[in-house]
Amino acid sequence: MATLWFWLCSVMVAMYVVMDGYDFGAGALHLAVAKTNEERRTVLGALGPFWDGNEVWLLAGGGSLFLAFPRVLGAGFSGFYLAMFLVVWGLALRGISLEFRSHVQGTLWRAFWDAAFCLASAVLPVLFGAALGNLLRGVPLTAEGSFSLPLFTDFSASNPLGLLDWYTVLVGVFALLALMLHGSLFLAWRTEGAVHARSAAIAPKLAAAVGLLWPLVAFATHRVNPALFPTLPGRPLAVTATLIVAAGVVLLVLGLRQRRHHLAFLGSGAFLLGLLAAAAASVFPVMLRSSLDPAWSLTAFNSASSEASLRTGLGWWFVGMPLAIAYLVLLFRLHRGKVQPAGEGEGY
Amino acid sequence: MDDPLLWHRLQFAFTAMFHYIFPQLTMGLALVIVLLKARSLRPGGEAHADAARFWIRVFGITFAVGVVTGIPLEFQFGTNWSAFTRHTGGIIGHTLGMEGMFAFFLESSFLALLVWGEKKLGPKRHAWAAAALWLGSWLSGYFIVATNAFLQHPVGYTTAADGTLQLASFRAFVLNPWALAQYAHTMVAAVVTAAFVVAAAGAFWSLKGLHPEQARLNLRWGVRAGLLASILAAFPTGDVQGKLVARHQPVTLAAMEGRFESGPRAEINLIGQPNVRERRLDNPVKVPAVLSFIAYGTFSAEVKGLNEFPADQWPTNIELLYYAFHIMAGLGTLMIALMALGALQEWRGRLEGSTALRWALMLAFPFPYIANTAGWLTAELGRQPWLVYGLFRTAQGASANVHSGSALFTLIGFCGLYFVLGLLYLYLVGREVAHGPVPSHPAGPAAAH
Repeated sequence: MATLWFWLCSVMVAMYVVMDGYDFGAGALHLAVAKTNEERRTVLGALGPFWDGNEVWLLAGGGSLFLAFPRVLGAGFSGFYLAMFLVVWGLALRGISLEFRSHVQGTLWRAFWDAAFCLASAVLPVLFGAALGNLLRGVPLTAEGSFSLPLFTDFSASNPLGLLDWYTVLVGVFALLALMLHGSLFLAWRTEGAVHARSAAIAPKLAAAVGLLWPLVAFATHRVNPALFPTLPGRPLAVTATLIVAAGVVLLVLGLRQRRHHLAFLGSGAFLLGLLAAAAASVFPVMLRSSLDPAWSLTAFNSASSEASLRTGLGWWFVGMPLAIAYLVLLFRLHRGKVQPAGEGEGY
Repeated sequence: MDDPLLWHRLQFAFTAMFHYIFPQLTMGLALVIVLLKARSLRPGGEAHADAARFWIRVFGITFAVGVVTGIPLEFQFGTNWSAFTRHTGGIIGHTLGMEGMFAFFLESSFLALLVWGEKKLGPKRHAWAAAALWLGSWLSGYFIVATNAFLQHPVGYTTAADGTLQLASFRAFVLNPWALAQYAHTMVAAVVTAAFVVAAAGAFWSLKGLHPEQARLNLRWGVRAGLLASILAAFPTGDVQGKLVARHQPVTLAAMEGRFESGPRAEINLIGQPNVRERRLDNPVKVPAVLSFIAYGTFSAEVKGLNEFPADQWPTNIELLYYAFHIMAGLGTLMIALMALGALQEWRGRLEGSTALRWALMLAFPFPYIANTAGWLTAELGRQPWLVYGLFRTAQGASANVHSGSALFTLIGFCGLYFVLGLLYLYLVGREVAHGPVPSHPAGPAAAH
């Protein structure tokens, strides 16, 4: 049961990255691919109906983690205390930039919210990536199951550890680039005109950057956690995830070549999903790795809620998830076709 | 300054109180919008459609602030209250997870359709989008209230070998009688807020001589809904809630009333100042036997005083609890009176003739916000010193690994952020009200502006 919930939580987090990922990426690119007010409203119009629902994956995923592995949630969130609040404040800034911008027509008002939206959208993926980096590298969990990390120390990725070091920042930058690629493909798929042209032009460059950085991140991960990769071939799920990554890359490259951006977008979605699944499969059952003593790590088995509680949770999870997917399908159907810029006062 | 517990508590209290300014309006408005949309589908409903469109714009702005101020609360369970999370996650993780799954996905999917999709969807489907938002926001309210109800009156749990609380009965936990009563009271109170805001906007336009048809419509809907909801807030929902407190948290009831001595024919204290050190209520104005009746249904019932309980079971801030409860109850009574007067004059067709009453309605909209906040203060202060009533103390729940300076730093950060957010919100909603409802039928009577 704990194993199942490990995967349910992983699916939620991966869905969050893939779904909110494209609106983060598009937000980070927003100033570059949309220059005029009309173009910016096209970008926001493409994201507007979806961003809030995409963010719900984070909350629903957090809720699932809260239920299934409260010890992991408590230790992780309190250990990353300051970074967590940077995330919370960034999410707040980002949400209101999107929602408040269209209500006033002044150019300064809109320029301010555009910049705020772009900044928050760029900083958050770096923080999320750095968080993933911390999970892979390990945190100084004690025998009591808690830790506390400063924002940074000497950036050395060895004791004394900080949240941000060369490794976690590298993962953060990789996350930002991968999500910008994801977002550029979303915009290229969903829009037409100048926004489409600029997004389609920047996507191959971002793909090249991601391709260059990827081996570097893999090598660095091996440096900070040498135990990770050797176990990969022995884990069927990790092998499957690697195949998904490979399929995603093929789809991405084909889609870009043939300028079929919806295919490329699906490809980058599979790429992200596969990478996260591979990471989850290779660390399983460890959820929070202790850098002090492997025996102190928090795992799916030593941190799970009771069997009865988890079994009950399964009941509503499998009712709620199809509903959530159904809303998503309905939403995409209602908004199918290229985004048209809305009239003033009638949209984002 | 070195006591992190205080900063953890203040931060949660402040962010939760600020957050709840917004959902109480959106939950109440969602119902008003659904009713306006339903009415607008029938003949002669153009003005109702215009009013709905206006309130949907206000709803959109308010909802956005509600979302971004709600996320910090979920995060704080992990960041500031990790021991509590560890202890109760196996139980309240259900309601928090279900809120995301059943309420947030629903709300977020239909929000943009409701706010921007009227033309695209057409009147009927737009009304359905409004209904979806109403359902989502009221579901969300239930999951949060059920979570709080577990802290107030834990049911359906077992204590596991490692000391944590785990689920024993899902049905008992989700259908906690405390949750049902508290939900009814909270939701009705949210409608009171929306009704006062609707009436205030109507009164403002009426006094300014703007949008006469909309002014009349909003005044009418505001005072009628306001009267109905503020009565329901007191009776039966508030009454049932009070009886639950009397039965399950007798020490809280004694503290809410500033009652130290036990005895039958207990009096209700209308005003007075609790003097905890001397264990008495200074300068009280009391009505005999009423508290016995309210709490237990007979005038002769014995009501225990604080002296009956060991001091380590007492709520930790009796003064604030006492005042919060009395402010809520006092404002509740005042709001019934104001709305009764408004509804009576509206029925007689004289509401728009009375400048004083319209001024009162325009200025009264903060009252329900204050009453709602005071009500939650009563519930949460009354629960102290427990985080989970009778099982887990507040002092045990905080994150031991978070330094008091970090907690104070983020609290100050929230103060700054929310100050700016509050200003922006007032500015945007103020603009909407000043601008007024935009008619969709340019030749219609409301096109005067």
